[in-house]
Amino acid sequence: MARINSPFELEELRKQILSVRDPNKPCITLCAGSACNASGSREVARSLEEEIQKQGLSSTVDIRQTGCHGYCERGPIIVVGPEKICYFQIKPEDIAEIITETIVNKKVVDRLLYVDPATNEKIVHEHDIPFYKNQERIVFGANSSVDPKSIDDYLAIGGYSALAKALSQMTPDGVLQEVKKANLRGRGGGGFPAGVKWEGSRNAPGDIKYVIVNADEGDPGAYMDRSLLEGNPHAVLEGLAIGAYTVGCSEGYIYVRQEYPLAVENIFTAIRQAEEYGLLGENILGTGFSFKVIVHQGAGAFVCGESTALMTALEGRAGEPRPKYIRSNVVGLWGRPSVLNNVETWANVPLIINKGADWFTSIGTETSKGTKIFSLVGKITNTGLVEVPMGTPIKDIIYTIGGGIPGGKKFKAVQTGGPSGGCLPESLLDLPVGFDELTKAGSMMGSGGMIVMDEDTCMVDVARYFLDFLTDESCGKCVPCREGMRQMLKILTNITQGKGREGDIELLEELAETAIEGALCALGKSSPNPFLSTLKYFRDEYEAHVKEKRCPALSCKELISFYIEPEKCKACMTCARKCPSDAIISGKNLIHIVDQEKCTKCGTCFDVCPPRFRAVTKISGVPVPPPIPEEARTIVREKQK
Amino acid sequence: MNNEKIDQIIDKHHSEASSLIQILLEIQSEYHWLPKEALERVAERLQVPMTRVQHIATFYKAFSLVPKGRHEIHICMGTACHVRGASRVLDTVEELTGIKPGETDLDLKFSLQTVNCLGCCALGPVLEIDGKTHGKVSPAQMAEVLKNYE
Repeated sequence: MARINSPFELEELRKQILSVRDPNKPCITLCAGSACNASGSREVARSLEEEIQKQGLSSTVDIRQTGCHGYCERGPIIVVGPEKICYFQIKPEDIAEIITETIVNKKVVDRLLYVDPATNEKIVHEHDIPFYKNQERIVFGANSSVDPKSIDDYLAIGGYSALAKALSQMTPDGVLQEVKKANLRGRGGGGFPAGVKWEGSRNAPGDIKYVIVNADEGDPGAYMDRSLLEGNPHAVLEGLAIGAYTVGCSEGYIYVRQEYPLAVENIFTAIRQAEEYGLLGENILGTGFSFKVIVHQGAGAFVCGESTALMTALEGRAGEPRPKYIRSNVVGLWGRPSVLNNVETWANVPLIINKGADWFTSIGTETSKGTKIFSLVGKITNTGLVEVPMGTPIKDIIYTIGGGIPGGKKFKAVQTGGPSGGCLPESLLDLPVGFDELTKAGSMMGSGGMIVMDEDTCMVDVARYFLDFLTDESCGKCVPCREGMRQMLKILTNITQGKGREGDIELLEELAETAIEGALCALGKSSPNPFLSTLKYFRDEYEAHVKEKRCPALSCKELISFYIEPEKCKACMTCARKCPSDAIISGKNLIHIVDQEKCTKCGTCFDVCPPRFRAVTKISGVPVPPPIPEEARTIVREKQK
Repeated sequence: MNNEKIDQIIDKHHSEASSLIQILLEIQSEYHWLPKEALERVAERLQVPMTRVQHIATFYKAFSLVPKGRHEIHICMGTACHVRGASRVLDTVEELTGIKPGETDLDLKFSLQTVNCLGCCALGPVLEIDGKTHGKVSPAQMAEVLKNYE
């Protein structure tokens, strides 16, 4: 690779890359993001390469392994270009047919197409599939056309042109004004305006300043940062470099979770390639601006996502937060001004510079501009990453894009904002997503986790779950967080186990208030949110647990029992064979009975009982009916008469 | 334990105290745990008090101060997995292996660990054994899956 010494040379290189690429040449794009890898994408890739060799098509077909396309539910995904024919849930044995039919014979393989559940019609092209059609993927869309290990792919879609523009045509102040005008708010959760944060550091005294990428995405149920970093690392680097130029830094850090090995690998590769081209390092594009990026891996601590804790961890110490009398954009890493923004925030920056603040502000609501990537997970038909303009009603995300709740179940709540967020009930589904809108409703944007829950989810258990998570992750530095949360967890656990007492709910409210008032950092201050929001919208569930020792969602293990209805059981032995704890008293032609003493309540019998029988039921709040007498247990089958 | 290997790792990071976490991560990935001698060596070479090394080694979840089993099971307890029944999977694995999260069995066969999100939410409940992801698992499958490990 030759070094690029000016913005002009960058454009020349881009032209050269594009000139050797034939837009009409067939290209097979395979999603190789983490979720697709887990569903067998690597095996598919191997078979793809072998088959192309075998059929002697190496020079006529391109293969591109990209990052996450977002539709993780249907992985592994293959898109055949230039027509963008989309095939889902590909197995290695499907590859030969795809190549013979689609590449050689130019025909569509019907059986691998997406079937629209609403109309039962088969859909050929990616952009016609409802999951994609209703999104606006300005940040995330590039993932499906870029091989994250190839900087040329990124240059081919216009990569690093924003950096070149900023360095050669704009002053740092000009960039700052543009970002401020765009009103880009932090995508990590707080929603603090990025431009204001940058300005604070820019104006702070001191020669050495830092820019930092927060890629410590610890929110359970959110993985958009992982997918962006894995799939399009150069976009994050480009944004970071523009930020560095604006603030006046020559050094930047990426703090990334060690639990995301592919993201770590891809970001290292991206930095090396950018340095070889001279897009990072000394004298970038010959403009005199120098900028170095260092990767630091986290070691598994949720609290390190908090800005001051993250910077402490970067210094090689235990990641404990400090009080923010002085913001870290003034006194941060090594006591110097440091701008910390989340992965998605940085990835938005090149777009703003290229297309302008006016374009950016034309998307979104009054106070929340641009788009937001959500990770739509839980009890939802189309699980995956979804990017929509701010202001999109939650209902559209869940039903139009997400395809609603599977299995004919009823929607109960959607949890947004991770452990610091809250649950929103059905009555708030029309709420448009935006920083202030969600906060007003008692939840928050957070990093964009959106966990859908159906009627089988117990809201008290959800609150307990988040407190359990946060208690585990608390650094233990301040008392309200360390001790208060532990007490809240203890009371909530008691409630879910049927040991709740009158007055527990009030005591929880009191403890919640103290944590909000007194905790040191956002982890502690927001820890009562899941409890408070579930209490606000689902108080009756708490009361059923405390007063009636009943779990209305039939979910809390200690409050439910499994019972086989004698008149429905057909003695098929399915549950008896699958029960991991031998708790089913069965026999040929004998109606089965659950041995309540042995039952571990794993629910396997309930899951495996054939749907046409539906003999296993869950009961809560009432005693289990006594087993039927031995003499009534025998089933006389018609055939055997 | 091989002092040379540890020294190599420390040298790679120029014996800088600020790289303490990165050094321990590399030692951990080499040995699957942090032996006491390794911690002492790191403290000595980086000129950092042993108390600080121990603070780091106990603060962060990635580190283990006891030997791990031959097979490491990581069960995802993220919210998406939780609402899809991850705790029932965990219960079953605990029952089958006889160990609780954070423990290793006596024959050093399995170590069990819960993690808070593996970022494969579409496949929940998810668990990872020796880095291989198993998606959409049910309690009933677990005995079958664990049988494949010796």
